[in-house]
Amino acid sequence: MRFGIAVFPGTWSDRDCARAVTLAGHEPVMLWHKDRDVKDADCVILPGGFSYGDYLRCGAVARFAPLMDAVTEFAAHGGLVWGICNGFQILCEAHLLPGALSRNQSLQFRCEPAYLRVETTVSPFTSGCTQGDVLQIPVSHGEGRYVADDETLDMLERDGRVALRYVAADGSAVGARSPNGSMRDIAGVLNQGHNVLGMMPHPERASEALLGSDDGMRLFESVSHAVRHGDSFANIW
Amino acid sequence: MTWSAEVIVSLKPVVNDPQGLVVRDGLRQLGFDGVRAARVGKHIVLEVDAEDEHSARELVSRMCETLLRNPVIEDHRISSLRRLEDG
Repeated sequence: MRFGIAVFPGTWSDRDCARAVTLAGHEPVMLWHKDRDVKDADCVILPGGFSYGDYLRCGAVARFAPLMDAVTEFAAHGGLVWGICNGFQILCEAHLLPGALSRNQSLQFRCEPAYLRVETTVSPFTSGCTQGDVLQIPVSHGEGRYVADDETLDMLERDGRVALRYVAADGSAVGARSPNGSMRDIAGVLNQGHNVLGMMPHPERASEALLGSDDGMRLFESVSHAVRHGDSFANIW
Repeated sequence: MTWSAEVIVSLKPVVNDPQGLVVRDGLRQLGFDGVRAARVGKHIVLEVDAEDEHSARELVSRMCETLLRNPVIEDHRISSLRRLEDG
């Protein structure tokens, strides 16, 4: 299958994502920010970085790139869109996901291993996991504190749209060790159709044992499984 | 007519502002015991063309809603709007 990987000026994780896609046995296709289509991708990744220098707010300017019109349309037709780090910020700014990412509680840029509990397997991104699995995937951001009003947070929990939550290594509540102070320790959220995922941690940086963890590959493998079995998945949501 | 507009974008009161807390604590450490709170926001200065003050204000408000603020976490207010001399 084919993963489209968006490249905005200032994107920095595009090559790492391409490497992870290749390791998973798939074809990466780079999508330039001025492109007006997603080049027949089965899944579009919006990678991490500092698109357009993160001017004004993280992700606020990328939202207006010609490519984002194509990505929005792709998502509206059920296409898989996966925003990682800056990509998550872009998806929130583009209103493809609810909420916002604000400055880390600590005010520090945090680049460190994080532990994520899989909260739902009813998504193409997590279908290969078991609910409750704890994945070790690093974070690397200064603005990753997930914020939304209580009504939105309750709705996300109720509808099974919290995909990943920060926990401690043993799976217990993360408490003060949260990398960013996200509300309800939310690390990743799905859209209503469960075909768009935004997450702050970087699965592509946990793609082989040499990097300290290959847990990120579980998500890439879930996506490829979901694409291959697209019809059976469509019935779940 | 050209207008100068100043916009203040600030986090909503219910949104935690760690930057503001650090500024508050820093001021206290420097001996400013009387500081009760601090919030940090953005100050944006625009020059816009509009027929009159009303339409200039309306235009700037739409800019705020569309791009300058994130309505999930931020409020805005137009702190100043004045006509610039032509040319």
